[in-house]
Amino acid sequence: MKLDVNMIFQIAGIAIIVSMIHTVLKQMGKEDFAHWVTLIGFIVILYMVATFINDLFQEIQRVFLFH
Amino acid sequence: MEIIEIVGLGLIATVISLIIKDQKPQFAFLIILLTGIAILLFLVGKISSVILVLEKLAMQANIDMVYLETILKIIGIAYIAEFGAQITKDAGQAAIASKIELAGKILILVMAIPIIGVIIETIIQLLPK
Repeated sequence: MKLDVNMIFQIAGIAIIVSMIHTVLKQMGKEDFAHWVTLIGFIVILYMVATFINDLFQEIQRVFLFH
Repeated sequence: MEIIEIVGLGLIATVISLIIKDQKPQFAFLIILLTGIAILLFLVGKISSVILVLEKLAMQANIDMVYLETILKIIGIAYIAEFGAQITKDAGQAAIASKIELAGKILILVMAIPIIGVIIETIIQLLPK
């Protein structure tokens, strides 16, 4: 369970930092860069969540006798 | 007291997603998804011991393992479909959620058809000719 809480805080941290960078870049007038930063942050988190969901599905397949 | 851990995890994730939702709704959705996965993963680990006991009982009772396997597969499909449907509904896509539920129901029906066939055959054999 410890790892899961750490992951949630990690995602929250990434989201807050990305949101700050987004705001700063927007203030500097570089909107396209801001959108790229958001997209890359989203992809990083999506990768983390996807590996985790893969774990879950493997576990369910193991437990419920799928072959 | 593992329930305290789960409730704490859920509350923390809810608060964090509320904070982040104003800035970036997509990140909030991923946090909710991750929390759901974490809780379900924990529960799957717990339920596997129950299923081991069930398998042992079925072996002792000389029940055909195909039936137990089918029932366990049905339970697994129900859990996964329910999880996906809830997460999708939370993200505001009720149409996709209902399609996931429909897919779960139909796949369960497909798996249950051999058992239904066996039951009907047994009943027909019991009927007096």
